Amino acid sequence: MIKVSELTYSIAGTPILHDINVTLPAGRITALIGPNGAGKSTLLHLISQQIPFDRGRITMGGLDLAKTTAPARALKMAVVGQQLGVASRIRIRDLVGFGRWPYNHGRPTPKDQEKISEALSHFDLIGLQDRFLDEVSGGQRQRAFIAMASAQDTDWLLLDEPLNNLDLHHARCLMTQLREKVDREGKSVVIVLHDLNYAISWADHVVALDKGSIAFEGPLTEVATTDSLSALYRTPVVFGDLAGKPFVQYHR
Amino acid sequence: MPDKRLIWIAGALLAAMALFLIWGLQGKVWFILELRATKLAALVCVGLAIGTATVLFQTLSNNRILTPSIMGFDALFILLQTGLVFALGGFGYAQLSPLRSFALETIVMMGAAVFLFAAILHRTRQDVQLMILVGVVMGLMFRSITAFVQRLMDPSEFTMVQGAMFARFGAVDSGALVASVVLLAGIGLWLWRHHAILDVMALGRAQARGLGLAYDRLQFQMLCAIAALVSVSTALVGPLTFLGLLVASLAHSLMQSHRHQLLLPAAALIAALILVTGQIVFERILQLQSTLAVVIEFSGGLLFLILLARGRIR
Repeated sequence: MIKVSELTYSIAGTPILHDINVTLPAGRITALIGPNGAGKSTLLHLISQQIPFDRGRITMGGLDLAKTTAPARALKMAVVGQQLGVASRIRIRDLVGFGRWPYNHGRPTPKDQEKISEALSHFDLIGLQDRFLDEVSGGQRQRAFIAMASAQDTDWLLLDEPLNNLDLHHARCLMTQLREKVDREGKSVVIVLHDLNYAISWADHVVALDKGSIAFEGPLTEVATTDSLSALYRTPVVFGDLAGKPFVQYHR
Repeated sequence: MPDKRLIWIAGALLAAMALFLIWGLQGKVWFILELRATKLAALVCVGLAIGTATVLFQTLSNNRILTPSIMGFDALFILLQTGLVFALGGFGYAQLSPLRSFALETIVMMGAAVFLFAAILHRTRQDVQLMILVGVVMGLMFRSITAFVQRLMDPSEFTMVQGAMFARFGAVDSGALVASVVLLAGIGLWLWRHHAILDVMALGRAQARGLGLAYDRLQFQMLCAIAALVSVSTALVGPLTFLGLLVASLAHSLMQSHRHQLLLPAAALIAALILVTGQIVFERILQLQSTLAVVIEFSGGLLFLILLARGRIR
């Protein structure tokens, strides 16, 4: 599990996160939800040690992440951010291949090739593998980066709003893949989500952030209620049932 | 087995070099050959330095528009050079051996570049427009300060600095040339061993760190290398603003690859090829009318626009 304790972070004197104490369970899909500017992405960046923080401690399985080295972290967690761009002309298969860098340092083995092909097929990229990254659509590019993180084959996978550019089909496929990684391979996933229906349909655990603090957190079925979600987004959110599956209505 | 396209460029470069050496050779053959060989070595060194520095900087800034020249690296070098002449006085500067003054300038340049550009890259990484703006402003600032310091100088010192400020391959100092070759060889060796790491760095800081690179330390090393390379080219011939952008674009569109193993040699060889060819055109066809910089930036710019219009450069 990842344990965040007394984490405080500010940018130029403006507090972004203050005194965060939260545990992200291993072997689960944890959804990070909350309104814009709540600090979800920042929390993800802090956990992945992309930015140094003022105060607090983040541990993974008892190991202080701030004291680990980058190569060691790369074998434990993979991160997909929101800003995905590469200046050089790179083919999708080569990009996904970089996911194996922590293991092979630029010298791919047959096992690496196998993992790369597997990731490509899981994210429906086989037909696109020889295309250049700057010649595919935003959603396809996003899938390529997620496939790269998947090829990294780490215990933890951290995704910042991965559904942003994806169509219905690929969004659902992505969530299915993540579910399988968790259920079959025992991986742990932390995912920033905006669409509450994806959160309640796929996540096991919810961490809700609001204005830099934890609004509520816990197992999905216990904490995600009409009241808590309505208060979090300051918008009426109504739970319902649609063809036997939970559904939230907040559109109008 | 090296890439076929690289062999073609290398072949073209060798042909251009041979042409440069033997075209119109008459009279005191050995004397002329020695002169030409020195000039040729300087041209090739500068080409390799500019090509490599530009690709490295584009990898660092994760951007295909910026080059060290646009960001004001060479303006900074000239400012340092001017400052050195001003501080030591014309007489003191002239007493330094060219090798010493080159070494001193290069070391100060590395320090200043790392200090300035590490901060800029850190602050503006998410914002390309801001980065370009900062670079343009800095380049202007360096040039204005240089111009100001030159106003304060006495005329003989000013002549000394001015000699260093314009692209000229006529009078190359052999001490600085040897130092440049050594520096280039060292950097080349380092890049040869780290080319795969550069491929990962080109994915951007966040991705590279996520894949386990000690990005900030590597960025420091690369800024040092870029500063040294710019020092080589600027010390030998003065600033060539547009060449870097041109060769990096050509290298990208020719190699169609993200691998630095291909991109770096391609850019370096293309830059050397353009410089040698440009010098041949300038010396033999234009009879030394105009300047090399004009020849290169005019023909290079034309080539760039043609390729862009045909959709060959992306």
